[in-house]
Formats: sequence, C-alpha cells, structure tokens
Amino acid sequence: MEAASIQARGTRPATLTALQSFASRYGLIIVLAALPVAFAVSDLLGGHGLTHIFQNLKDGVSNGAIWALVAIGYTLVYGIIELINFAHGDVFMIGSFVSFGIWGTLGVTLTTTTLGVAGGLVVAGLIAMVACGALNVMIERVAYRPLRGAPKLAPLITAVGFSFILQNVGLEWLGGSPHGVDDLIRAQHVLFTIGGVHIINADVLAIGVTVPLVLLLVGFVHGSRLGKAMRATAQDPEAARLMGINVDVTISLTFLLGGLMAGAAGLIYALYNTTVWFQQGFEAGLIAFTAAVMGGIGNLQGAVLGGVIIGCIQQISDDRINSTWTPAIVFGYLILIMVFRPQGLLGEETREAG
Amino acid sequence: MSSVRHFFGSIGDTWDGLPPMVRRGIGVVALVLLILLPFAFTAGGSFIDNATRALAYAVMALGLNIVVGFAGLLDLGYVAFYALGAFTIGWFGSSFYAQVNHGKGIHVGVTGVVGTLPGVHMNFLLVLVLAVIVCAIFGVLIGLPTLRLRGDYIAIVTLAFGEIIGRVAINGDSLKPFGYAVTAGRQGITPIDSPDLPGLSEFGPLNLRPWYWMALGMALLVLFVNFRLRDSRLGRAWIAVREDEVAASSMGVPLVRTKLLAYATGAAFGGMAGAFFAAYLNTVNADQFEFSFSIFVLAMIILGGLGSIWGVVLGAIVLSYINTYFIPNTFKSLPHKVGLNFDLTDLSFGIFGFLLVIMMVLRPEGLLPERRRKLELTEGIGTGEAELPLEVTVP
Repeated sequence: MEAASIQARGTRPATLTALQSFASRYGLIIVLAALPVAFAVSDLLGGHGLTHIFQNLKDGVSNGAIWALVAIGYTLVYGIIELINFAHGDVFMIGSFVSFGIWGTLGVTLTTTTLGVAGGLVVAGLIAMVACGALNVMIERVAYRPLRGAPKLAPLITAVGFSFILQNVGLEWLGGSPHGVDDLIRAQHVLFTIGGVHIINADVLAIGVTVPLVLLLVGFVHGSRLGKAMRATAQDPEAARLMGINVDVTISLTFLLGGLMAGAAGLIYALYNTTVWFQQGFEAGLIAFTAAVMGGIGNLQGAVLGGVIIGCIQQISDDRINSTWTPAIVFGYLILIMVFRPQGLLGEETREAG
Repeated sequence: MSSVRHFFGSIGDTWDGLPPMVRRGIGVVALVLLILLPFAFTAGGSFIDNATRALAYAVMALGLNIVVGFAGLLDLGYVAFYALGAFTIGWFGSSFYAQVNHGKGIHVGVTGVVGTLPGVHMNFLLVLVLAVIVCAIFGVLIGLPTLRLRGDYIAIVTLAFGEIIGRVAINGDSLKPFGYAVTAGRQGITPIDSPDLPGLSEFGPLNLRPWYWMALGMALLVLFVNFRLRDSRLGRAWIAVREDEVAASSMGVPLVRTKLLAYATGAAFGGMAGAFFAAYLNTVNADQFEFSFSIFVLAMIILGGLGSIWGVVLGAIVLSYINTYFIPNTFKSLPHKVGLNFDLTDLSFGIFGFLLVIMMVLRPEGLLPERRRKLELTEGIGTGEAELPLEVTVP
C-alpha cells in the first residue's frame, strides 16, 4: 500500500510535481490572503476605494497583537514539552480579571487624572503578569509535571481539567455575563488619521505594549544563558539534562514567561474591549492556538505573525460577514492548516505532524 | 486511594474466580432487577428521571470510549454527534418542516395525533437508525482529516469540528440551502415527537417508565456491541493502534480503515443517545451543544477507566448522578454551611475539571481499570528518568 503510493508519486508528470511543491509552499499564504483580497477587490469594483479594507487590517493588526501575546505562551510550552497547554487561554482570562480587580482596588476610575491612570495601569499590568506567571508555573507543577512520563493523552486531559477549573473561578469572580470595564484609556478616541485610517488609543496601547514585550522575550530566549537552556531543552531534554541543565527549572521558566505574556495580554484585552467575562479565555485560547500553529508551533516569530494574521481574518469576518460566524471561520482555518500544512508558515516538521 | 484500588481490584478477582454458571446467573438476576426497578418508584418521579439520564449518558460514554479508550484517538468534539443525533430527530420527528408536502406533512410509521400533524414524522426506531447513519457518516468525515495527525493535533481538529457544528446549530436558522432552514437557532426545535412503540405504555412526561426501558434497551444493546467489538479482530486492531501505531501498521493493521471505523462506531452511539435525549427533553436546543458537554462525557470515561467497558458505565452513572442529583440536591447547601455564598450548580464543570486533574494525577487508569491500560499508564510514571526507555536501550 505504502510502497505503491510512493511509486505512483515517482511516476507523476513533472508539471504536477512542480504544482504540488508550489501548492505546499504558497498554498497556505494564498488561502490566507483570499479573504482580504476578495473584499478589497469587491470594494474597488464597488467604487469605494481601499480605506475600508485598510481599516479592517489595522484593527486586525492591533487585535492580533493580543492574540500574538497569548500565542507565544502556547508556542513556548509546545516547543519545550510538546503539550498543548489548554489552560493557557484561561490564564489569560484570569489576567484580565486580575488587572480589572487591581485598578478597582487602587481606585482608578474615569475621573482619575491621566498620570494616575497611567500609573495605575502599569501597576495593574505588572501584578497581572506576575499573577499569571505564577499561576502558569503552579499549573505545570500540579498538573503536568507528575505526568511527564505518561502517555500524551494524560497531560492534555489535565490541561482541559484546569481550563474548566479556571473558568469556574472566573465565573464565581465576576458572574456569568460579560462584565463592563471602565473605558480608562478612552479606547475609541481617534489619535490621528493616516490615509483615511483612524488610529485609536486602543491600537496604540496594544502595539505599544506588545512590541517591546516581544522584543524583550526574543532577546531573552536568544541572548541569555537561561534562554539558551530553554532552546537546548526544547531540542532534546535528555541531552540538555546530560549537559547539566536543570530541565525542571527550565520548563517552569518557560511556563513563567508564557504566563507573563498572557497577563499583559489580559490587561490589554480588558482595556481594548472594555468588557471581560469568564468565557473569553476559551475562545481566545483557541484563536491563539490557531495563530501559533499557523506561524509554526515552537517558533516565536511565527506566533506573532500568526496572531496578526488571525486578528485580520477575525476583524474582516466580524465586519464583513457576521460576528456570529467568526469562530466557525477561525476554526475552519485551523482545520485547514492542521490538515494541509501542520508545520505552519515558518515552522519545521514536528513529530506530531509527521 | 489505595484502599479503593484494593476494593475494586478484589471485586474483579472474585468475579473472575466464580464459575461461569454462577456469573451468568448473577447477570440474569441483575438484568431482571434492572427491568423491574421502575415499579419500585413513582412513574413520574425523579428517581426514574435520573436513572434514564444515567443510562443515556452511559450509551454516549460507551461510544466515546470506542474512539478514545479503544483506539486512543482523543476526540474533544464528541458533542458534534450529540448535536447531529438530536437534529436528526428534530428534522425527522417534529413539526419543524411544517411546509413540506404542502403543509400535510410526511408520516412514516406513526399513529395517533402525530399522524395528522404537518412536518416530517417518522417512527422513533426509524429515526434512531437514521441518527446512527447520519452520525456514522459525519464521524468518518470528521475522522478523515485527522488520519495523518497524531496525539494532541487530533484533539484540536475534532474540537474545532465540534465547535463548528455548534456554531452551525446556533446560526442555522439563517442557512437555507433548499429553502428550508437547517436548524431553529437559539429558539430550539420543540416539541419533539415522543416515541410510539408497540408493547410499551405511552411515553410522556408523567410516565417515565417506558423512557427508562427504552434507555435500558439502548444501553444493553450498546454494551453488547461494545463487548463483541472489543473481543473481535477490529477491537484488537484498535487496541494495537492505540498502543503503537507504527508497530500495528507494520503488522498489517489497515490504519485508515481501523481508525475510520472507530470514529464511525463511536459517532453512531453518540447520535443514538443524542436522538434519545432530544426526544426525552422534548427539545433540540442549540445552546446545549457546547464544548463542556464533550468534556462531561470525557470525564465519565476517564473516571471509570479508559477502555474499560464496565468502568465507563460506572463513570457515566456516577457523573450523571453527581450532575443531576448530588450537586443540585445533596451538596447544594454545603457552601452555606461552611459560610461561603455561592451556588454549587454553577460550579459543576469546575468540579468535573477538578475530577479530571485528580484522576489523571492520582489514578490515571480509572476506578475500574482495564488491565492492559493500567500497565501502559503506570509504566514510567514517577521515575522521571524513564521517559524515553526505547532511546536508552536501543543502541
């Protein structure tokens, strides 16, 4: 059976082989570009110009910055222990809740001065990051480490279990319906306009927090000694252990970094959307996981790229199709990518995808 | 925990030690007791209600057990088949498509008032068969893309399919491929025809006994099929694929067919239970097809023991009772007693999540473990050093 198919592939005409390699290299990019290009063309044909689609893409990029931060958590953890940290989306949700709670405690409201708001947000952001980092490390310690030698199903199931526990924590914390957040940064306030595209405060916040954090993280992973240990563990845990790397500490560190990013993303999400609720994490988790797979799981830059692309797809779908269908469209992309290009845009072949 | 293990272990050993005649006798007595059980309780009471639900959940859990427990393919989108089964009866057993046949309706094997209503009305048994067929086809369709994937990627793809079907269920009222809406959206399809079977008294909300017998019959059928499948060539192929896909394939197990049959069989049972639930609850409500339902069923088979048929039945009964009886009744006042102010029913899924974590960490083989599974799960845990035994021993 297997031999026959290999032979069949060998005897195919050269044009077909060339077509196949073209499809496997650019197919995903074409599929991803289809949605924006289709709407851009229809806008042009309708005589509306490109402002609308640029506006969509701008919203997509700033929204995607949040997904990128969450996706980094998935990709780091998957890169190092090949586990889909299912609870990560809910850690992000807890990040939103913590930052919301902190500025409530600090007494930051709409009437606070600009300086006060800025200070309060910095404090809330830092606390949310630390809280999420600690939470993620705790989850690893309790739910994943005891199962490191077990079949892969086992830690995945505990991950799902923790996801539900955190969702219930969120449910008890702020109740079952979306909870409004004070619009502290006047998110929709237009700061300036480039070529008809309005740049609002929320965009500046999302990009302004994400870019430095991602740069810091990439610098840490590629430059520092601990980052080197992380990369070594990701390549081969056994060999890393033999080289004197404390694998357990390195894995905890990875979860810590992922949690820090999720905490920051939680803060931005709360300010950006001005609502938080306990189910935001489940959907965000799946979207961010899609982003991580799209970029090539285990690849930091890929996660950021995937986050931005998913953000754009989501915005276009929300704006042009119908927001009730957006999850289905994102999941459709997820399935297409998983099936046809599981290594993603920038990734290598993984053992899973093999 | 170890005393629990000892308790269940000794039960299993004692059972195996009994002569076959005695075992068969006990089985028959248990069966007769199960059939007569409803007469001991009020016909419309909560006991029969809970028991019926538990049996229907057992059917569902036994279906998922084939995919996850036998074949080792982690399916996180099992709710898709609950939805499809429920919609099958929504389409073919209600007045949802009232305009078909110029408002006169289509009737197959139904009698009484239902026979005069508009819409498509088929006999409940026919609908069950249809649900099985529809779900088996969809099981294969959802299984096909996962064939090349392994492990957690399968989980994510099935989850995504489950979510997409949930979305279609919610938004289906605006989808009209042939002028007929696919679903009724959040409004839900209601009422659903009650089964109308010869030999059983009238199915209705006040007399739950026939529902119980129906569920019992389905559970027994599925149990029988499960046992026969497990001991068949196909069942051994499933277990071989679970243990080691590459080894199974090189031993001549056809991977594609084996995996697709697992998906199809599991889906078929899910659809059967889905159609039953829709008729029992008298509604197809799009909002109930959520990811958490998949996890609820998964928790049943994890609790009972992946791959262990009796374990799965036990897990389904225990979790169903926790869900329908203990959380709303017995434990409801618990938080108030310890001075906390929250509603425990909100926390049911957190409790199931907690159960998943605890079971996986402390007793991954479940309450009534399958022997082979137990060996597989316990080797290498806790040592930390024995993560990759193959790499170490093979030069």
